[in-house]
Amino acid sequence: MILVTIIIVVSAVLSWYLGQYMTYILDNNTGGNWKSYLKQFAIFNVIMFAVGFAILASQQYLPLNPDGKGALTFDLIFNTAASFTTNTNLQHYSGEVSMSYFSQLFALMWLQFVSAATGIAALAALARGLSGRGFGSFYKDMISAALYILLPVAFLVAVLLIFTGVPMTFGGTVEAHTLEGALQNISRGPAAAFIAIKQLGSNGGGFFGPNSAHPFENPNFWSNIIESVSIILIPMSCVWMFGRITGKMRHAAVIFGVMLLLLVVKISLASYFESAPTGAFAGLNIQKSVNLEGKELRFGTSAAPLWATLTTSTSNGSVNNMHDSLNPLTGLVPLTGMWLNETFGGVGVGMINMIIYILTGVFICGMMVGRTPEYLGRKVETQEMKLVLLALLVHPLCILGGTALFTVMPWGAETVHNAGAHGFTEILYEFTSASANNGSGFEGLGDNTPAWNIATGIVMLVARYAPIVLPLMAAGSLSAKKVSPDTSGTLHTDTMLFGAVILGSIVFIGALLFMPVAVLGPVSEHMAGALK
Amino acid sequence: MTKTERREARSSAIFNKQSAVYAAVQSFKMLSPKVMIKSPVMFVTEMGAVLTTLSLLTVSADAYAVSVTVILWLTVLFANFAEALAEAKGKAGADSLKQVRRDTLCARITDGGSEQVSSSELKVGDRVFVDAGNIIPCDGEVDKGIASVDESAITGESAPVIRESGGDRTGVTAGTKVLTGGIEVVVTAGAGESFLDRMIALVEGAVRQKTPNELALTVTLSGLTLAFLLVTAALLPIGRYFGAELSIPTLTALLVCLIPTTISALLPAIGIAGMNRALAANILAKSGKAVELAGDIDTILLDKTGTITVGNRQAVQFVPVSGTSERELAETAMRASFGDTTPEGKSIVVLAENLLGRQAETPADASVINFSAHTRLSGVDSERQMLRKGAYDAVTAFVGQNGGKIPADLKEITDRIASSGCTPIVVAQDNEILGVVSLSDVLKAGIQSRFARLKAMGLRVIMVTGDNQLTAKAIADEAGVDGFVAEAKPEDKLNYIRKEQKGGRLIAMIGDGTNDAPALAQADIGVAMNSGTQAAKEAGNMVDLDNNPTKLIEVIEVGKQLLMTRGALTTFSVSNDVAKYFAIIPAMFVLAMPHLAGLNIMRLASPESAVLSALIFNAVVIPALIPLAIKGVRFRAMGADALLKRNLLIYGVGGVLLPFAGIKLIDMLLSAVGMF
Repeated sequence: MILVTIIIVVSAVLSWYLGQYMTYILDNNTGGNWKSYLKQFAIFNVIMFAVGFAILASQQYLPLNPDGKGALTFDLIFNTAASFTTNTNLQHYSGEVSMSYFSQLFALMWLQFVSAATGIAALAALARGLSGRGFGSFYKDMISAALYILLPVAFLVAVLLIFTGVPMTFGGTVEAHTLEGALQNISRGPAAAFIAIKQLGSNGGGFFGPNSAHPFENPNFWSNIIESVSIILIPMSCVWMFGRITGKMRHAAVIFGVMLLLLVVKISLASYFESAPTGAFAGLNIQKSVNLEGKELRFGTSAAPLWATLTTSTSNGSVNNMHDSLNPLTGLVPLTGMWLNETFGGVGVGMINMIIYILTGVFICGMMVGRTPEYLGRKVETQEMKLVLLALLVHPLCILGGTALFTVMPWGAETVHNAGAHGFTEILYEFTSASANNGSGFEGLGDNTPAWNIATGIVMLVARYAPIVLPLMAAGSLSAKKVSPDTSGTLHTDTMLFGAVILGSIVFIGALLFMPVAVLGPVSEHMAGALK
Repeated sequence: MTKTERREARSSAIFNKQSAVYAAVQSFKMLSPKVMIKSPVMFVTEMGAVLTTLSLLTVSADAYAVSVTVILWLTVLFANFAEALAEAKGKAGADSLKQVRRDTLCARITDGGSEQVSSSELKVGDRVFVDAGNIIPCDGEVDKGIASVDESAITGESAPVIRESGGDRTGVTAGTKVLTGGIEVVVTAGAGESFLDRMIALVEGAVRQKTPNELALTVTLSGLTLAFLLVTAALLPIGRYFGAELSIPTLTALLVCLIPTTISALLPAIGIAGMNRALAANILAKSGKAVELAGDIDTILLDKTGTITVGNRQAVQFVPVSGTSERELAETAMRASFGDTTPEGKSIVVLAENLLGRQAETPADASVINFSAHTRLSGVDSERQMLRKGAYDAVTAFVGQNGGKIPADLKEITDRIASSGCTPIVVAQDNEILGVVSLSDVLKAGIQSRFARLKAMGLRVIMVTGDNQLTAKAIADEAGVDGFVAEAKPEDKLNYIRKEQKGGRLIAMIGDGTNDAPALAQADIGVAMNSGTQAAKEAGNMVDLDNNPTKLIEVIEVGKQLLMTRGALTTFSVSNDVAKYFAIIPAMFVLAMPHLAGLNIMRLASPESAVLSALIFNAVVIPALIPLAIKGVRFRAMGADALLKRNLLIYGVGGVLLPFAGIKLIDMLLSAVGMF
């Protein structure tokens, strides 16, 4: 628990200053409307996808390929390009097996930087729009966010990681002779740089297949702390940046509080559920301890549930343990994190997701004070609600629609490694992870198939862009309205009561949309286990 | 129909027999999909009912499936009933107005005479003569003459009112009756377009359009419905994966329980009831949008005279300048007020008579100078002398012209009187200023507490007055208003409204004169008094039938209540879903997965009774909440945050808990009668 507290407190404190710095970098970008901004946004993102796709498709002809990695299948290329363009980093491959260093650095790592910068830029534009100063230029945001925010912070983290023992080399695989006399190939590469941005930019795509459970990605206790803090740092800073740009710091503090509360509750629940012995031991006459299956003991016992919660709360998706092996109810916590997707959420986009929930809550509760609902003094009306509701619908559509389809179709149902509720959760988790742009895998799923690659690829693209574009359009519509003055007759957005409104709207919407699948998956598995 | 009768008709018991029968018939007629599509949520419910009906015919028709189907149809009918009932109440109000509108013969003035025509033949610009005992056939402006008019048919007020040409009391309304005198009226609205006609149409809901907030709410509710449609539809294939074959009645029941049927069923009724409540307060709103907007108002512009103060100013004190005695001043003021018929002038004479102890005499060969807005002076001229009284600037200018001097202490005296909230009237004889009469205006009883109530609601009250700064400030402080516009000319109101609107404020004002028309049109809510000019009535978006200037406050409360009721019922509707999930989800899957029985936390008797109980609860909650929808959530004058906290506790937390009890109760009843 001390470890958890240290990580949360350190991140919260650092985020305050980083938020200040991010505002300083991004605030002076005015003029332009939402249309011009989104146009630039669209052009750049198409380029990102095209470049990523092209490099992956031709990696066998490109340099920096000491181990001679070969060609990838079309559907895997599509999935991977979509995955990294959308800041998801769902990986249906193992990095050290399939990717050349060139692909890792110039397709994947480049995309990790620019896709994260895209999210930060979109949030900055949204905040500027709501403050009435115009949306600014996307290119300017993009360059500032990548060069002046992500690059220096990632450099700092990479250096720290090198000190903890993470490799940073262009040398190829090393051959080692083990004590037993066997020959072992040890993969290595420029991992430290890759891991820094993977953690900071809520990317999560590991350099090696086992991600941050691999000893070269996350060698010890200290690297684990650095990487944990890196997961949550920028998403936290984004809330403060939103507050500073809109000039509503107290409002931002309320949002931060609600996100933090949900995060802490999830971590506590995960730790509690995971303290029970694994279900596999049920009914066996053996000494039982906390569930140790699928965990790296070098980080300590509380590190797994903490990381699992953090990484799914932030759309990061890196893992330091196998989520498939978590107790059923613990597994529900990462799922919940991705369903809500805004308990800090992805860089920039987490806060944008939050706006969707806030506007929904404001609309319903705002009427109860006897006025047309307002957010930051601007009236929330038909146009905004249309866009917000659409944005809200995308997530359940992708998750429930995809899951429903794959549970009945052979190309879905036959790829699961477990029957019944656990197998259902594997499918549910994969679509949830893709739709939340998270990228973590529940594993236990044979997911490098054309059906999975194409379905999750489409889900990632839709679930990435709709919840960015629609709220930006809503902000554009809001920003054209007059700001009404703040009186005792208006709903205040900087009170505990408003925090309750946001919390209620998140919990209600989340519960109403996902309660049935939560019951059928993890809850059912838990209850079945309890009956044994 | 008297005013009290009408009020009773509008606010009496919600389920009276006549309107209930009308609504019951209407709720079947409204089953047509063309009508239902206006409310997407209820349309989905109806389609669900159709689907289960079809499944009865094709799949199976056991008692459970039949029950589900019946309850689904009942849900749709209940929703239609709620809307029709609210409409019926509006119709009752419209009928009383309709009785007033009937064809009458009238005398149209033609070149060199007049002809008898039916009121339905009148056109805009025609002139008609109406004399005592006749009904005024049209909306119009009095062009010649004066008459006392009985407007009780429109306003419910039995005391007659004076309508005369010129000034601000020229407007007459079709259906009112001339009691004494005779007037020539210029028709301003042709047959079928009169104020009354439009009001009837509005009240009957013939031209009812969805208001902006109603539209936004409909979009939101449709979005939620789409989400739940998705959740329910996904369960069918997912159920198969688990080996549970979900039936159409069960899935439809889950869908209808989850989608926000409660608020959608009551939404039209809430809107109609809002209009009706405005009507019950004797306010005719020209659109539902105006009533809704009233809730957003944050600044109210009120005239001082007649609204904040009683209006007839009384002389209370004579204050002479040094070198003049009080009796001397009283004597002069009395003579200067000869022939002054205003209440102020009369009160000066009365005060002087009391002080001097004798009756005023009629001066010989005097001519009266009447007050005009241009000179701002009144008085009496005789051969020997000129007597004047009036505002400080006007009288000092007059004395200056005659070569007189301004006494050194005059300014100090007028300022002192003004700062005490009284109006100083300077009295002069030829080139000499004798002193000042202090006119006091009394605040209306209870006005401070009304303003305190407004303040608690977050509203600002701005007082508009022709008085000078000092008087205005004193009255403003005493009444507790938040600001004032002093020495205001009619165009100042307009300018003030524009300035405030630029700052994002929404302004309401009330007015009656032609002067007020531009400001009424500019204001977000402009309430014209029914006694006012036609121009004012055209410019405003509401008309107050009672001619009561403080009516704005009621208008705003009606608007706020309307929005609060929508918000509260939406919250209630969504909160109910939690309990319904706990009833239905275990019931759906418990056959395929017996270990889920533990989730049946309400311990409902059987899967069938669980689904039916949730569905029955969902249906009966609609008629149960009709009274709340029609009466509106109780409004309290408190800040937004306090209101929200209160309503969240009642409708949010209450909305989560109540259905647990309700569903359990229905389940117990169902198993008690041995049905499921």
